[in-house]
This record gives sequence, C-alpha cells and structure tokens, in this order.
Amino acid sequence: MVPLPAAISLLSAAVLAHEILLMRLFSIIQWHHFAYMVISLALLGFGASGTVIALARHRLLPHFRAAFATGAAGFGLTAVASFAIAQRIPFNALEVIWEPRQQLYLALLFLLLAVPFFGAALAIGLALAAHGKRIASLYRADLLGAGLGALAVIGTLFLVMPTTMLRLVGGAGVIAAALVFADLPGRRLAVLGLTGLALAALALLPEGLLRPQLSPYKSLMQTLVLPDARIIARRSSPLGRLDVVESPAAPLRHAPGLSLNATAAIPPQLGVFTDGDGMTAITRFDGDRDSLAFLDWQAGALPYHLTHRPRVLVLGAGGGSEILRAQYHGARRIDAVELNPQMAELLDGEQAEFAGHLFRQPGSHLHIAEARAFAARNDRRYDLIQITLLDSFAASAAGLHALSESTLYTLEAFETYLDRLAPGGMLAITRWLRLPPRDSLKLFATAVEVLRRRGADDPSRQLLLMRSWDTATLIVKSAAFAPIELAAARRFADERLFDLAYYPGMPAGEANRHNVLEQPYLFEGTRALLGPAPQAFLDAYRFDLTPASDDRPYFFHFFKWRLLPELSRLGPAGGVLLLDWGYMVLWATLGQAVAISVLLILLPLRALGGEGATAPVGYAARVAVYFLALGLAFLFIEIAFIQRFVLFLGHPLTAVSVVLCSFLVFAGFGSGFAGRLPTLLAGRRIGAIPLAVGGIVGIAGIYLLLLPALFGWLSPLTQGARIPAAIVLIAPLAFCMGLPFPLALRQVADKAAALVPWAWGINGCASVISAVLATLLAIHLGFTAVVAIALALYVLAAWTLR
Amino acid sequence: MSRLRPSEFMAFLAVLILNVGAAAGDYAAARKELVDEITRDGRRVSLSTGIRGFDARVLAAIGNVPRHQFVPMLLRPAAYANRPLPIGHGQTISQPYIVALMTDLLELQAGQQVLEIGTGSGYQTAVLAELGVRVHSIEIIEALANSARAHLAETGYSGVVVRWADGYHGWPERAPFDAIIVTAAASHIPPPLVAQLKPGGRMVIPVGARFAVQQLVLVQKAADGGVSTRQLLPVAFVPLRRRR
Repeated sequence: MVPLPAAISLLSAAVLAHEILLMRLFSIIQWHHFAYMVISLALLGFGASGTVIALARHRLLPHFRAAFATGAAGFGLTAVASFAIAQRIPFNALEVIWEPRQQLYLALLFLLLAVPFFGAALAIGLALAAHGKRIASLYRADLLGAGLGALAVIGTLFLVMPTTMLRLVGGAGVIAAALVFADLPGRRLAVLGLTGLALAALALLPEGLLRPQLSPYKSLMQTLVLPDARIIARRSSPLGRLDVVESPAAPLRHAPGLSLNATAAIPPQLGVFTDGDGMTAITRFDGDRDSLAFLDWQAGALPYHLTHRPRVLVLGAGGGSEILRAQYHGARRIDAVELNPQMAELLDGEQAEFAGHLFRQPGSHLHIAEARAFAARNDRRYDLIQITLLDSFAASAAGLHALSESTLYTLEAFETYLDRLAPGGMLAITRWLRLPPRDSLKLFATAVEVLRRRGADDPSRQLLLMRSWDTATLIVKSAAFAPIELAAARRFADERLFDLAYYPGMPAGEANRHNVLEQPYLFEGTRALLGPAPQAFLDAYRFDLTPASDDRPYFFHFFKWRLLPELSRLGPAGGVLLLDWGYMVLWATLGQAVAISVLLILLPLRALGGEGATAPVGYAARVAVYFLALGLAFLFIEIAFIQRFVLFLGHPLTAVSVVLCSFLVFAGFGSGFAGRLPTLLAGRRIGAIPLAVGGIVGIAGIYLLLLPALFGWLSPLTQGARIPAAIVLIAPLAFCMGLPFPLALRQVADKAAALVPWAWGINGCASVISAVLATLLAIHLGFTAVVAIALALYVLAAWTLR
Repeated sequence: MSRLRPSEFMAFLAVLILNVGAAAGDYAAARKELVDEITRDGRRVSLSTGIRGFDARVLAAIGNVPRHQFVPMLLRPAAYANRPLPIGHGQTISQPYIVALMTDLLELQAGQQVLEIGTGSGYQTAVLAELGVRVHSIEIIEALANSARAHLAETGYSGVVVRWADGYHGWPERAPFDAIIVTAAASHIPPPLVAQLKPGGRMVIPVGARFAVQQLVLVQKAADGGVSTRQLLPVAFVPLRRRR
C-alpha cells in the first residue's frame, strides 16, 4: 500500500501549514497573545486523537481506510469551516478583565479550532496503530511532510492571501483522504466524485465567510471609522498583513513625543498598519524642507542636536520617519534597515513618490535585514545609531512559538551597536514611556552593565536619558559627553518642555519639572543604577529590570511574582492594568494544557488495563514517561535552535524556515533509518535507543559548548552559504532525534499494541506543553538551560525503556 | 440605529439572555451603589493622584445622570456596573470611576466653558453638564454625534452643543476654555488644544487601549501661560518599595 505514506505526508504538511496559518489569521483578527493561547490549546486535538483511538480502536481499525479518510477529509473541511465559525464568536480580548463571559467564548474558540487537528491526528494515529510493522516509514512520512509543509506555507504566504492559503490547506486534507483509496481501483469513481465535490465546496465558499473580521478595537479599525478613511493598499506575508490607510477628512497626524510647544503643522500622512495594529506613518515630502519642521520637535530629534552631519544607521525603517528626520538634519550618510521586504517595497516603490523618494537622496540606502544581524555583519562605523519605537517582530511574527522574544535590546546587542560606533558616536534608543517606568529603566540598566563590561572608566559620563510625556530616549555615547553637548541637550529639552532624567552631573532640582511624575522615578532609578548598590535597587523595584541577554532574550518580561498579591488588592480595574499579559497568558496556557493533558492521558487507562495485561506490570507507566519526555525534549531543542540561528541566518523567517524544515526532514530520515537500526545492531551490546540518545546528547552537548565559536568561525560566509551551513549543522542532530520515537513505538507495538495510540496521544499532549514550557523556561533560566533540560529528558527516556 | 455586526448582535443577545432578570431592577438603586463604590475607590487612589476622595459635586453628578440611557438598549442591565461598555463603532462608554476621576481633575466651577473632544455616547458630556458648566462637545463619528445629541436631549441636557467635526483643531470660535477633556488619546497632545486653554486652565487626557485606561495626563496652563503636564495612575501604586 504505497499511497499511505504519501497521504500521511500530505496531511502532515497541511496540518503544520494550518498551525502557522491560524496564528497568522488570528494575529490579524485579535491580539497575538490570545491567538497564541487558543492555538496552542487547539493542538491538544492531537492528544485527544490518541485517547479516542485507544478507546475505540476495535471499532475503528477494521475500517481503517474509511476512518483515515474521514479524519483527513474532516481535517480539510473543518480547517476552513472552524475558522469561518470562529470569526463569528464575539470574543473581545480587551473585555476579558471585565466580563467573565469572554472566557466562555475563549473556551468555545479553543474547542472549535481543535476539531481539525483532532481529525488529522486521528488519521495519522490510526495509521500507526494499524501498521505496527511499518511505524518507522510511516513516521518518516509524517515528519518529511511536516518539514516540507513548514517551508511551503512560509513561501506561499508571500504569494497569496491567508484565506486562499486556508482553502489550499483544506484541499490538501481532502486529497490526502482520497489518496488512501488510490490502490483500490473498484472505488475510484466514488472517491473521485466525493473528492471533487469537497474540493469544489472549498473553492466556491464565498470569500465573505472567510475574510478576516478584525476586532473593532484594533487601531486599523479605529482609524477606518474616521470619515472618508480608506485602505489604499494591502500586502500580506508571513511577517504580517500591511494595510496602507489614507484619511483625507481627518488627517492622521502621527507624531509620538511631539512637544507641547510645537507650532509646525504635520504634513499629510499615510498610516501603515501591521496586522491591523502598530501604526507607522509615511509622511508626505514634496521637497519643501520647512514642511518637515515638526520632526525637530519630537523627542527623537535630540541626538541631532548633539552631533553635526552624522553618518546614521536607522534600525527599523518602518514608514520612514527616522530617515526623513536624518535627512532633515543633514545626515551625511543614512543606512536604514527594515525587516519586512513588503514594508520596504511600499516605502521605496508604490509610495515612493508620496514619501519624497527618500532613497534617491544621495547617501541614503535601504537594506532588508534583521536589525541586529545587519549591525553585526556591517563593518561601517556610524556617528549615530537610531532605534526608535521599534518592537521586535522576532520569530513570533511567523506565527511560531516565541512570545515577545527580542534580541534587539539584549546585552550582546548593545555590545554590537557600540562596536559599530565611530569615535564619539552615539546610540539613541527611543521607547514608549510606560508608567510605572519599566522599559526605560531596563534599557538604562542594560547600558550601564555593557559599559562596565567594556571597561569604561566611568559609565555615568557616557549616558543621557530624556523623557516626554509618552516617550523616553536613552543616549549612550562611546566616550564621555562634552559640556557643550550637555548644554545643547538642556537647551533642546527646555525649549520643548521635555524633562532630562539623567545626564552626568545633573542636579536633582532639574528633574521632573515640565512633565511631573508622582516621584522623579527615572532620575532616582538612574542614580541608583549608577550608584554603589544597583542590585539593591533592582531587588527593591517591583518590576524586573534585569537586563536581557541573548540566552534570555525577553526584554519585555517585567513581572515579579511578589507583585501579584498587591495587584489583586487593587481590584479588577486597577491591578490588571499593571500585569504583563503575555507572561500571564503563558502560565494560563500551560495550566490548561497540563490539566487537559492529564485528563486525556488518564481517560483511556481503565479500558487499556485489560488489553495491556500481556505486558509486564508498570510497562504502561514507563511508556507514558518515555513519550512524555520525548515530546517535551524534541520541541525544546527545536525551539532553542531556531532562536540560536536567528542571528546567524540574519532573518527570523529564514531561521524559522531553515531550522524547522531541517529538523523535521532530517528527523524524518532518522525515523526511516530506525526501521533498520535494530537489525544492524543485532548481537551487539548496545541497544538502539541508548545509541540514538547517546548521539543526541553528544552532538547537542558539543553545540551547547561550541556553537557560538562555530558561528564566529563561519561568519565570513555569505548569506547564500550560511543556509547550507546551517543545514549541515542541524542534520546530524535532527537525524538522531528522529530515531527514539519510532524505535520505541515499534517496541510497544510488539509488546502491547493497545498502547500504541495512547503513546501517540501522550506525545501529542507533550508537544503542546513543550512549546509553552520552553518559553517559560527560557524566560527564567535561558535557552542553554532549555537544551540541557531536553538532554536530561532524553536520558530519562532512554533509562525508562532500557 | 447603526447596523450591527453579527458578532456584536450575538454579544448583545448573550447579554440579554443572561441579564434579563436584572433588567427589571431599579436603576436608581444601582446608581447609588455605583456612587458608593466610586466613593470608596476615590479614597484609595489619593496616593497616585493627590486627590483625597472625589469632590462631592462630581459624585452627585454621577448619581444624577442616568447612565443606562447612554448605553445600547441591550447593555442597559449592565449600565451601572463600574466598567466600560461597548457602544458600537469600536468606541466605548468609559468606566464610571474614570469619568469621575477625569471630571474631578478638571476642578470645574459652575458657569465655566468646557470643551470635550470625543462625545461618544454623551455620558461624560452629561456629567459635565450636571456640574453647571457650558459644554461644547466635538465628535468625529457622525452616527455617534447624532445619537449623543438624541440621548442628551432625552435626558434633559439640551444646553450642550455637539458638533460633528475633527477635534484636533478644537473649537476656535468658542475658545478659550477653562477646561478641556479629551476622551481618547492620540499620538501626541494637539497643540491647538493647548493654545485654546485659558491661563489657569486644565486639560485631561486618558492614555491606554479601549476598556483599559492606563494613565491620565493632566495639562495645566499657568497664569503666565506656561504649560506643564502631570502624569497620574488611576490606581494606588508605587514601583519602589522604600525602606522604613
């Protein structure tokens, strides 16, 4: 029966594509962290399939083909239908704190979205349960399909809108269902007829049912209610959906950090929204320099008053405001870096005329790259590096695991930026000012730490912090500030009613004058961080201000647990506003995933009791531990390596595509090899599972120690050569990681076949828990620890089924 | 009435089904309970705002304005819950506690000229009118401007002028104002509004997403025309634990 592996591969590809696609679609409709929670939990459909097969396998297995086809076609049809229905559930993330009913809607969403995953996993799980002797090759098909699916969906999302992709995913499920009947010529007509009908239904479904219905509270929708506002262009890719909006009747006037003393008008602007949120503006420039005078009245203009005709590196070009600002202030050379090629194309292509052909100006250059990687690879020196109101897309933009990971503001990132500065050059970072202060003080703490590490004589002489009512700008200079520069900064701030929060020698009386905070929090905080006992301040502060590192790249994690009792006393209206929702959602997801998994795993135990009686006592428990450990460990390593490869591969999308695909495909080859390994090892003293685990621990252990050095050694490679290098690095590890699952499942099939679907379900549950747990572990312990724990889990697994 | 999205309709339906018992309740009693709750919260917040409990006139105004007449029919049972509610067009009627806090921060006296940017449902407008000030209100969404006018007329606040326009430029013909209240934050404080504030005047702006006001910005113009701002948290919280 050759078609079964093909059907499994196609189905598995569609499932992985659906997972990424759903994250994409829900990021457009809702907010990312709730999308993350709902979709993570929906993947428990995998675990549920194991439970159902374990309970009903006597009824399902005799009709294997029909059951497989029902699962696969069910996946295809419900993938599309569940999304259409989910959009009609009136979930409003913003009302969660006010309205208990919202949690009910959230639960409904989760159940609805779990249906397609359940269908697909039912089909694949049945295949493994029905064909115990072919487990290795079937699992190979599953992994190869998933690997190619990841690559296909990321590529295709550049070409088609997500809703078209959804129909394609649905169609793939239906075709996978048809494939299992391909070797039964007698039924060809009926199968072809039904398949044709299902595909036609998917193709002809009105687009209106699938079109993303954005929450009316997302900023795109808030803008579109303005009279005559309309979308004039749209782009879509795995990095996000871009909507370009013009609003002629009520102009947009996007100018964060604009001085209250500003009198200059803001020229017409176009708003560019990513996934319906996070607006950046393209400002019209018709060659009249005076029309841009407002740019000099925003907080971001400060560094231009401390330098003369600087060479500028703008990290995060967005709508081009920082490039205009640099040109307005006569920058000699401007290198602007943008992550999203479609954003760059808008600025330098379709809207170039409106934007004043920014990149036709002599000395202005646009680069498409990840900011940090560009800074690391570029040899040029700059007088000014600007990072303004830019929140990292990270790998999460592709809809994968990471929740607010960012390598932009880590200690190592600061080192890279400072390395790129010319003598006397400055790094200027502007962020939104949140109250009570968090980001601004963490940035300051990071700068202090980095300057100390670099052996600065007196870090306090190289720092300056200024705030407006909604932004904070940190400037780190490569040398001590000169008195003339400090005078210029004071003048700039005074004229614009901004407050300097720190500069060398700043008297306390100058703090907190124009925009008055309850306490001069930033002045006091910066003094404490530079003082004799910074750690005491960090401990006493109620938010976590410890600098982020590449190993723990969670700049946006500010929450301390001891804050919780106090926040709960502040009541629903108050305390919740001070919580970091992304982090809370992670714990909520983990809690729910564990609770549901325990249920799903325990549910079929009674029924299995009788059937598993042929196996030694306690075997079921050992099987459970083995597959739990495996499910956790595989994703731990995969997630950690995606993160590790982002900087090497230069772009999160490249990293996700290359690393994910390589892991799955080479694990697939490993899985195929697992079918032959026991025969090859026959008569030797070492078992197949310990050998595989030994390989994993050996290779991953070496990478843990040597990967940074290896990346350094490979750094002269061009971008094109880095991809094959990454694949070569991943291949042996992934190959070994493909072995333990089919090796053990084959053993289970021989000893207690009834436990095969149960093990499949446990592995599914563990994968869901793993993705969430990996992020939490990385936040608290770092990615190195995540890999180390994964290796320990592999060793535990090998010991369990020794 | 504006067209409902299917999802909004379902939400309303759910509210209706779950709250049908409460709908018959006594609005006046619910309003009194709300005022009591806001009074308690007002005492707590003094740490962050310097306000030692709300001005009795502000509390009286909250106690007098029938909030249920400013929310969509189907949400009326929840009208006196101390929470923001959706009013369509992606807009909300603010949490009554925030309405009280913002109104209090303006330190209004009867007869003063007040500009409101963002009429919304008209509830905040009515609370201001209760304090005996002359309210000029601007709303950019035409349907909301119309319904707010209707709500204000129904509830007897006919002295309020509601204008359908872009609030960024304020209302120069009626300027200067003793107080300006902006009900939704923009990326910056519009300089024309600062210009239309009288010396000694106050302007208050909430900052944060819909359903969640994270802070309030109070703009004060001194007698000499100098401008300063204050940032206030709507909760009693300090980020640094001090040694005793």
